[in-house]
Amino acid sequence: MSYLELTRMAGAEAILAIAVVVVLFFDLYVVRDQTPGTRRGFAAALSVIGCAAGLMFVKLMGGEGEIPGGMLVLDDLTRIAKMSVLGIAAFAILLSADNDFTPHVGEYYALMLTSTIGMALMVSSENLLMMFVALELASLSLYILVGFNKHCAKSSEAALKYFLFGGMSAAFMLFGLSLLYGLSGSLELDGIAKSLQHQGADPLTLAAMVMVLIGFGFKVAVVPFHLWAPDAYEGAPTSSAALVATGSKVAAFFLMTKFVMTAFPASLGSGGWRAFEAGWAPAVAALAALSMIIGNLGALAQTSVKRLLAYSAIANAGYAMMGLLGNSGQGMASVMFFAVTYAAATLGAFGVVSAVERNRGGDKLADFAGLQKDSPWLSFFMMIFLLSLAGIPPLAGFFGKFYLFAAAVNGGEDLSLMWLVVVAVAMSSVSLYYYLQPLKQIYVVDRPAGAGEFKGGFALWVGLVGLAAAVVAFGCAPDLLVDCLTRGGVEAH
Amino acid sequence: MDDFGANCLSLIVPVTFLGAAVIGLVRMPDEDVRRVALGTALIGLVLGLLGTCSFAHIDGPAIAVLHDCAWVKSLGIHFLLAVDGISLTMVLLTGFAATAGVLFSWNVDKRVREFFALYFALIGGVYGVFMSLDLFLLFVFYELAIIPKYFLIAIWGSGERRYAAMKLALYSFVGSAMVLAGMVAVYVAAGAETMNLIELAEKARAGAFSDSFQAWAFPLIFVGFGILAGLWPFHTWAPTGHSAAPTAASMLLAGVVMKLGAYGALRVAVALFPAGLAQWADAIALLAVIGIVYGAGVALVQRDFKFVIGYSSVSHMGFVILGLVTLNEVGLSGAVLQMFSHGIIAGLLFGVVGRMVYERAHTRQLSMLECMGLSKALPFAMGTFVIAGFASMGMPGFSGFVAEIQVLIGAWDASPKFALLAGVGIVIGVAYTLRAMNQVFFSDAKPEHELTVPPAKPISLPEMIGAVMLIVCTLGIGLYPRILLDLIVPALHNDLFQAMWGGGGL
Repeated sequence: MSYLELTRMAGAEAILAIAVVVVLFFDLYVVRDQTPGTRRGFAAALSVIGCAAGLMFVKLMGGEGEIPGGMLVLDDLTRIAKMSVLGIAAFAILLSADNDFTPHVGEYYALMLTSTIGMALMVSSENLLMMFVALELASLSLYILVGFNKHCAKSSEAALKYFLFGGMSAAFMLFGLSLLYGLSGSLELDGIAKSLQHQGADPLTLAAMVMVLIGFGFKVAVVPFHLWAPDAYEGAPTSSAALVATGSKVAAFFLMTKFVMTAFPASLGSGGWRAFEAGWAPAVAALAALSMIIGNLGALAQTSVKRLLAYSAIANAGYAMMGLLGNSGQGMASVMFFAVTYAAATLGAFGVVSAVERNRGGDKLADFAGLQKDSPWLSFFMMIFLLSLAGIPPLAGFFGKFYLFAAAVNGGEDLSLMWLVVVAVAMSSVSLYYYLQPLKQIYVVDRPAGAGEFKGGFALWVGLVGLAAAVVAFGCAPDLLVDCLTRGGVEAH
Repeated sequence: MDDFGANCLSLIVPVTFLGAAVIGLVRMPDEDVRRVALGTALIGLVLGLLGTCSFAHIDGPAIAVLHDCAWVKSLGIHFLLAVDGISLTMVLLTGFAATAGVLFSWNVDKRVREFFALYFALIGGVYGVFMSLDLFLLFVFYELAIIPKYFLIAIWGSGERRYAAMKLALYSFVGSAMVLAGMVAVYVAAGAETMNLIELAEKARAGAFSDSFQAWAFPLIFVGFGILAGLWPFHTWAPTGHSAAPTAASMLLAGVVMKLGAYGALRVAVALFPAGLAQWADAIALLAVIGIVYGAGVALVQRDFKFVIGYSSVSHMGFVILGLVTLNEVGLSGAVLQMFSHGIIAGLLFGVVGRMVYERAHTRQLSMLECMGLSKALPFAMGTFVIAGFASMGMPGFSGFVAEIQVLIGAWDASPKFALLAGVGIVIGVAYTLRAMNQVFFSDAKPEHELTVPPAKPISLPEMIGAVMLIVCTLGIGLYPRILLDLIVPALHNDLFQAMWGGGGL
């Protein structure tokens, strides 16, 4: 293990860390006296450049490798996950460039970058300690980002709720990890799997597994660990909520999938209809079913679009859990495909919401009325993002769902997981109703008197165009992403 | 099929979507938008006709592959466009209905560009469904058609348009969700390596789908598609949706969108699951017959002119569904012919009711229409409605007669009781058509208090052309049904249906 090797493995994170310092100092010493708009522009541009440089580094360096102890692992799949996380962070930063709620510009972007470092480390580690530290780095930054709007009581409330729930989930997770270490004497996922392979479904292993699942369940907001999400999304500054809903989700899903598939292969069990068998599969199946049902039904009653997106996030987390049940390279690929395309669509939707908030003063459904008159393109993008979330082809969300369902059913013996697919499609019909609500306001309802003159910055448009293009491209040509994912997935297993 | 025909057909879907994109993105005056729209619809129709001619000369039972490339390699999903006689029949229907729809919406003046952009997005999806032989691709196009329908009704509709639009969107989506679940099951049960309907049919014949699997997969997929085909008791979206929709959208909804459901049921559920069909044929036939009689009965007591036609669609679609489960050649070809025939006739009826009469009388209440002396004010509308009414009743000489008689013969072969009940539906059909015709055009009732009838604008040229085109179609098929039957009947014996003939129908 040379330093050169370390640089290669953790280059992207190092670049981001440099970007953090540059952003802080540049804001403090160079553009201190400029208008807030200019400062934001510079800070956002530097942060995006940092993310892009990290992404290019990961893409160009290539190669495989592992730092002993599984501290950092680099393979095809990890590289894709890392690139996705960095790309998502870059877009989240682009969409936040118009934010005017805080004078502390440098700190805001620095925190966005540190949480991105945490996410990047999360996806590339297979060591319990490293994993936990990365998770906490990402989470702590996000807690502050959620509470960053100091003039708004709701923002502080959101941050406190998010922090308390998150802290508790970390405690569960840590307890689970310590049990695992005690049982296996190893901190590496592979080592844990080896020493647990003859244990079967022994109670202590199951307890550890459940603890870990609870910890991840909080991160990805599946029912019944979802209670923080709607309040946090609603109260947080929209751009922070966007990062919580997307980047941290993708990283957590990748880590969770890798974790359960690699560390617990011996105690899979089965969540099949009438084929129940103890293990992690039934727990995951139950979480998935509950999230889909409660997330989708909960969203029906929302009038705030951010809350609506929060419930949609809960529901979508439920769909994504189904991919875990595939317990195969295909399952892994389907979770990643779904998470990435979900993130693109959700990020875009948050971007549109933030633009509407600035111009119309709120994120209620009524604030979207007649938007198509004021800004046809913004409306069109919102339509693409919401319809992708609803799973309407040819947008990416549709293929993502199909892929998950196929992987889940394929993984279970003899179609025994069809019941979950039936729940999922039934609930996705419910979801069309609430995804159509904002669109109905935008396209069908007339514009209120006095509205007009819609302003959006350059960065916002770049971000929205990029995300919409991604949603359409991954939907029309899923192989762009599926090909890389399956190649990586096959190697991982 | 020669290259020229194949090229024509494979251009239809891209041309239609291109038309939608041009209309949606390029700023131009409303008059030009209409011209581009008419051009797009006509190109689709002409390409369909050319392709059909070239197909009909050369191939009998063949399946002509237009375009085939891998789409998602690791899942074995292909972008496979191909046609057989049945697809071509439906492509022609779509061409006629789309053209007539543009002609009948010449007077739309609110957000014209968006209207036609959504209109052609819907049509493109419909063409795509009829031409894809990969189950996944078929489903993609099938779902693609849902969203434009919602906006067409919610923005340009009348009456309770938002309610009707949402109801229609949700019903369609529930149906397609059932199909999606069934599709995943079929895909995995067949080894998770192909979605090609021909290969799936081969596997079905080889016994890939066990009887117990078919016992639940068949109703899941058949009813899923059936919801869009107006299968009783899931038909309630149809009358509300049809009546709230703007004229062109009602014409498309009743004319082609309901056919998507029937077509999907035939292509997937009936073709792949003979054992499931054998088990469920009686139940489905019962629902179909209830739909025929119930739809007709409800149409008989409607006060709203458009609802009469809306319920008549439910009744006529019952014949299609009945034909599908007879599983004999006469019944199945009758079902496909009825899809075409009803598509044309429903278009004509909605054209008269929604455009010719409603746009001028501004009411759809039969009780008010009968006081307006419409036979004198709008003689052309009267003539068209009389012809369309006769066609709809199943008078010999019109396409409805040939189609429904075939379904009845097929049903009689399979199970006479259903044929008898369906016959009752025809009788009621005559009654409600005559009742509506009589009240609207031939009543000499005097208004209780003086109605101020706005002076009616004469029927415009586009309306006349559209009506004449559809009348020629229904008469042509009625007088010489072999034009279509020569396409349909051989197609029922091609590779797609190889598994079907092994099972039993009613």
